[in-house]
Amino acid sequence: MQAIIEVSNLTKRYKRGTTNAVDGISFNVAQGELFALLGPNGAGKTTTISILTTTLAPTSGRAVIAGYDVSTQARAVRRQVGIIFQNPSLDQNLTAEENVRFHAVLYGLYPFRPTFAAMPAAYREEVMSLANVLSLQDDIFKPIKRFSGGMKRKLEIIRSLIHKPKVLFLDEPTIGLDPASRRSLWEHLAQVRAERPTTILLTTHYLEEAEQADTICVINKGKIVAYGTPAQLKSQLTGDSYVYVDSDNRGQLRSELQSLGYSFEDQGPFRIRLNGHNVQQVMKALDTPLNYVQTQIPTLEDAYLAIVDGKDEERLIETDHE
Amino acid sequence: MNDVNAILTIAYRDLLKLMRDRARLISSLVFPFVFIGVLGPSFQGSFGKMASFNLIIFTFTGVYAQTLFQSAAFGIISLIEDRDNDFSQEIFVSPISRYSIIFGKILGESLVAMVQGLAIIVFGVVLAVAAGIQVSLGSLLMMIPVGIVICLFGGAFGVIILGNLPSRRTAEQIFPFILLPQYFLSGMFTPIKDLPPVVSFLSIISPMRYAVDFVRNAFYVGSAEYNQTVIATPYFNIAVIGILFAVFLVSGTVLFVRAERNR
Repeated sequence: MQAIIEVSNLTKRYKRGTTNAVDGISFNVAQGELFALLGPNGAGKTTTISILTTTLAPTSGRAVIAGYDVSTQARAVRRQVGIIFQNPSLDQNLTAEENVRFHAVLYGLYPFRPTFAAMPAAYREEVMSLANVLSLQDDIFKPIKRFSGGMKRKLEIIRSLIHKPKVLFLDEPTIGLDPASRRSLWEHLAQVRAERPTTILLTTHYLEEAEQADTICVINKGKIVAYGTPAQLKSQLTGDSYVYVDSDNRGQLRSELQSLGYSFEDQGPFRIRLNGHNVQQVMKALDTPLNYVQTQIPTLEDAYLAIVDGKDEERLIETDHE
Repeated sequence: MNDVNAILTIAYRDLLKLMRDRARLISSLVFPFVFIGVLGPSFQGSFGKMASFNLIIFTFTGVYAQTLFQSAAFGIISLIEDRDNDFSQEIFVSPISRYSIIFGKILGESLVAMVQGLAIIVFGVVLAVAAGIQVSLGSLLMMIPVGIVICLFGGAFGVIILGNLPSRRTAEQIFPFILLPQYFLSGMFTPIKDLPPVVSFLSIISPMRYAVDFVRNAFYVGSAEYNQTVIATPYFNIAVIGILFAVFLVSGTVLFVRAERNR
């Protein structure tokens, strides 16, 4: 499939930085893909998003969004993208409708009018239908100050989609939200993607959110350290899955495992590397009566921690750059 | 056309935010009222007899110019902090030119400053009436268009500061050094006709001086005190303001846009 985001050798060194915040990264994102950028704080995620959304100039390298170069065609790029920032981007004293209206006018969708009533009919209809989606019919004209965190995030997402961007950037969109709001937000995003294929580039600290991605790219200290589908990443990074077995008769079990040619460790319980076999095959092959069976299938979190483990010190130093 | 709509939106948002924020609305009026209501009468009490004109009214015209100039300048400087906050983030990633953003912001902060300006005019009238001084309606009305010019000038001054300062913190630390001396060098409270050479030079390079003098050009025109209160002709003042406005705006915006992307 055609790439809608093309990043090649992208590097950013902040003026006062001693190291590269983003250090020669390259990746492509296909149209319609959900692409997750993972990494510890200070890894370069927000820097990357800032460059891709044209608010920061790269030191070197190239990034192209929907065919436009972020350095030389910034304005065209901005027209193609929607962004949900880490920090809330709604004006608290303005109403939900005003927040939406100002966005719509800035993106050239409608002319400026000081009141809702003076806006074109098409706009008014669109807003009322958005209010329905959010179940906000009664509150759309009230200042958003009293909205819940989840509701505000949803409003931001709806707002960021009204100019029908080809790419939606979500920079840690669910941070600080309760589990119910997080779930509801993801349900809404799934619905959006079902209705209109929208490419999403997501940064998150929640591994279960990244697990839904088509592609995951892990960066650390500005470099890509892992890249692939969630399944590929899990197997690449933590090797195979394991099954632990034990028996009252360990000697018999050990010689049976040896004769079957399984690679295993420890004195018992024995840790057998599955190496592409599934647990059932191993169980079927064993005749020794077992008193203990446990499987260890790597999660994405295992994979992620394996990458960033032991790098806390460097992480603290790097945090300044973002 | 899109940029015109964007400029109006950015400006209107600033005004709407002020109107919805009662605490800010009130606090923005406190300072000018203290200056005019406390400093004016105390100057008048101490030095009024030496001057051939009323110092309450003199201070009122000075504070009017200073408040508009400073309020618009401060509003622009808030852009540094705002780019990571609220709707401002949206503005910076929307498909409009950086120049439109700056111009919309200057317009918006000018509207915000003019809200303060109108309140100051009302307050000045109340003080004048209380002191038994006659103020002509024409003089007061003249202050409105002049005030708008001062706001735009202050906004442009904010842009040149913005373009040269890396962070909000630096701006807040340096701003008092740039503004406070101008309170005195501009002749806001007291006449500055006879100053020692060094101070006189500093006064000449203070942008606020021309704002204050331009307001007095308009306010005192046709009155007996005109010659005592005004330094230069309105043509000279508006020419200086116009030139500085263009220089501040263009160079400030270029510097700001460059600094923004090349962090």
